[in-house]
Amino acid sequence: MSVEAGTEPTTDPTTDPTAVNDETATAASAKGDTAPGTARAPEAGPAPSSVTMTKALNHALRDSLADDDTVLIFGEDVGRLGGVFRVTEGLRAEFGSNRVWDSPLAESGIIGTAIGMAMNGMRPVVEMQFDAYAYPAFEQIVSHVAKMRNRTKGRVSLPITIRIPYAGDIGGVEHHSDSSEAYWTSTPGLTVVTPSNPADAYSLLRESIASDDPVVFMEPKSRYWMKETLSLPVSTAPMNRAQVIREGTDATLLAYGPTVRTALDSAEAGAEHGLSIEVIDLRTLSPFDDETVSQSVRKTSRAAIIHEAAQFGGYGAEVAARLTERNFTYLSAPILRVTGFDVPYPSPKLEEFYLPTIERVLDALESWDWEL
Amino acid sequence: MTIDVPTTGRSLPQLQPISFIGADGRLTDTPTEGLRIPSDATLTGLYRQMVLVRRFEAQVTHLTRQGRLATYPSAAGQEAAEVGATTALAPNDWLFPTYRDSAALLTRGVPVAEILAAFRGDWHCGFDPHEYHTSPAATPLATQTLHATGFAMAAKLKGEDAATLTFLGDGASSEGDTHEAFNFASVWQTPTVFVLQNNQYAISTPLREQTNATMLADRAAGYGMPGLRVDGNDVAAVFAAVSAALARGRNGDGPTLIECLTYRMESHTNSDDPTKYRDTEEVEHWKQFDPIDRLEKYLRTTGALDDATVAEIAEAAETLAASVRDAMNQEAEVDPRELFAHVYSTPRTALAEQQQVLETELAAAGCA
Repeated sequence: MSVEAGTEPTTDPTTDPTAVNDETATAASAKGDTAPGTARAPEAGPAPSSVTMTKALNHALRDSLADDDTVLIFGEDVGRLGGVFRVTEGLRAEFGSNRVWDSPLAESGIIGTAIGMAMNGMRPVVEMQFDAYAYPAFEQIVSHVAKMRNRTKGRVSLPITIRIPYAGDIGGVEHHSDSSEAYWTSTPGLTVVTPSNPADAYSLLRESIASDDPVVFMEPKSRYWMKETLSLPVSTAPMNRAQVIREGTDATLLAYGPTVRTALDSAEAGAEHGLSIEVIDLRTLSPFDDETVSQSVRKTSRAAIIHEAAQFGGYGAEVAARLTERNFTYLSAPILRVTGFDVPYPSPKLEEFYLPTIERVLDALESWDWEL
Repeated sequence: MTIDVPTTGRSLPQLQPISFIGADGRLTDTPTEGLRIPSDATLTGLYRQMVLVRRFEAQVTHLTRQGRLATYPSAAGQEAAEVGATTALAPNDWLFPTYRDSAALLTRGVPVAEILAAFRGDWHCGFDPHEYHTSPAATPLATQTLHATGFAMAAKLKGEDAATLTFLGDGASSEGDTHEAFNFASVWQTPTVFVLQNNQYAISTPLREQTNATMLADRAAGYGMPGLRVDGNDVAAVFAAVSAALARGRNGDGPTLIECLTYRMESHTNSDDPTKYRDTEEVEHWKQFDPIDRLEKYLRTTGALDDATVAEIAEAAETLAASVRDAMNQEAEVDPRELFAHVYSTPRTALAEQQQVLETELAAAGCA
C-alpha cells in the first residue's frame, strides 16, 4: 500500500524567542492551534474558558504558591518580567519578592542554591529559560539534584522542579531549540515530565511541585500558545502514566510534548489512506509507562516514535529497545524512529527540513511490509 | 554631569595574614582587624581537638596504605583551619564540607565509622545530614558553595537563626560555581561563610599556576563582601575570624570570604606522589608553622597547658586511633538491596524489575 502526506504542518511565525511578547503570543495563538481531542472531565469550578499552555502553567504555579508556603520561584527574569514566555507573570506582585524573585544570571547558581533551599525545607521551582541554557547547570543537576536522595539513603529529599522550555519550531536562534530530554532521562534519580496540552500542563506541574523527588519539567515551546477550553484547576491522568489519545488498530505512534500534534496530524492523514492509527502521548518520559505502551503495541503490532531530538542515542532508541524486549513476538514490523537528524539544531530557515513532519511519519509507515 | 560612584565596601584585605600566635608560640604584632584572641579555655579545647584530628588523619592514612580504605584525602597540616572554623559553628548552623574535610566532620561530632563509610566504600555518605547539621561531603569541586548559599537563603527567608559555613580549596576557587556562589550570597546577603583553605596545591598544581591574583581573599571585594586573609595554621585567628563572620551573617550583614593560608602536608590522596611536584625543602619550611606545636608553646607560656594535660590529650588521641582501627578492621556490612531503596521516594516498576534480577542472582548465590 501507499500513503501520502496530508496537510503541511504549520510552524509558528516567531523569530527571536528572546523577544517573545504579547503580540507574538497573540499571533501564534491566532492560527487556531487547539488541543488534541482528549476527553477529560474537568472538576467543578469556574466556567470553562479558552486557556493557553502558558496560562495553565501560570495558574499551576499560582495555585502551588497559594497552597504551600514552602514553594518558591526564582530564576532569570521570572519576577518583574514574568519570564520571557510570561509563564510566571503576575506571581511576584501577588506573592511578594520573598516567594518569587529574579536571581542573578547563572544557571548553575540557580540549581545549586535550589539544592540548598530544598535541604532546608523549601520546594523551589526554578526556570532555565531555554533548553540549552540548562547546560551550565548540568553538573548540579546530574551530580547533586539526581543523587542526593540516594547518597543520603533517603534522608535528604530534593523536591525541586526544574522548568525547561525546550524544543524548536518557533524560529529560535542557536541554543534556543534543543531537545535535551535524553540527558535527563538517562540520569537515575530524576523524573522527566513533558506535557503536550494545557490541561496536562496544569495538572502535571502541580503534581511535579508536590513530588518529593526532583522533576525536570520540560515545556514544549511551540505548544505554549496552544489553546484548550478548560476549567482550572483540572486534574488529568496521574504523572508517570502515558495516555492513549487516539484509538487505532493498525499502528501505534508514540509522541510527547511538541510532536504529539505531529502524531495526531499523521494519524489523521493516515486515516485518509485507510489506516487506523493509535496515538499515545507519553507525558512522562522517566519513568516510562511500559504497561500502557506495550498494551497498545500488542494490539496494533506496529509502532513508531516521533521526537525532535537527534536520533542516535536519543530517547526513541530506548523506547524502541524496551518495546522490542517486551513485545517482540507481537510485532509485525521493526519499531521505527522518526526524529530530528543527527546534526546540531539548525537555524530558523532550515528547521522545517530538520523537524519530523507528517510526510516523514507517513513515509516511515509506508516502509513497513504491511503484508506481514 | 558625573556618575554617582558608590565608595563604601571597597576595602581590600590586608596582605599580612591575620594572626595572633606566631610560629614561635608568641603573640604576634600583626594587625588583627578588630578581632580578639579566644580565651585560654577555648584555645585549650581547640588544641585538644587538633591533636585528636591529627591522630585521626594519621591513623586513617595508615589504614589506607594497608588497603582498608579505597582512598583518603588527608588534611594533615590543615588542622587549624578545619577545627578552628568548625568549632565556631553553633549547633543549629550547617556545615557544607568537601572530601578533604573529615577533620571537620569529626569536630562536628560525626562518628568515625560514619565519616569513613564513603572512603571504605560502604555508601556515598555514611551519616544523617539532619542529625549533624552537616551536608554530605561534596566531591565535585565548588558545587557545595552554592548549596551552602541556598541553605542560608532559605534560613533567611524562614527567619531562622542559622548560618552556613562551607569549605573550598585554592583549586576550587578557579571553578565557575565559586564565582556564582560568591555572587549569589552577596546579592542575597545570605549568612554564609566561605572558608577557602589555600593549601598551596590542587593535587599537583601549585598556587602560582592556579591564579595570578596576589591573594584569593581579594576576590571578595569584587562581589561586594568582606574578605579576610588569615594565617590558616593559627587556630586562634581562624576561630576568631570565622566566629566574627558567622555573627555578621546572623546579624543580617551577609556573607564573608576567609582565606586561610595553610599547607597540605600529605599527598592529595594515596594515589599521588608529592615528590614529583614539590621538594622536601618546601615541606620542611612549612613544618615550622605547624598549628599544633605553636599553640602548645603558647598555652604552656600562659599556664593553660602542662605536661599532665598534654599527656592526657595524647592518650585520648590514642584511644580515638584505636577506635578508628576497630571500626575499619570490621568488615562493612552492605545490603545489595539498598541499591534500589533510595533512588526515588515512590516505587518504580522498572527498578522493581531490575531488583528482581538481583534477587535471583542473590538467591542463586545462596544470599537470599
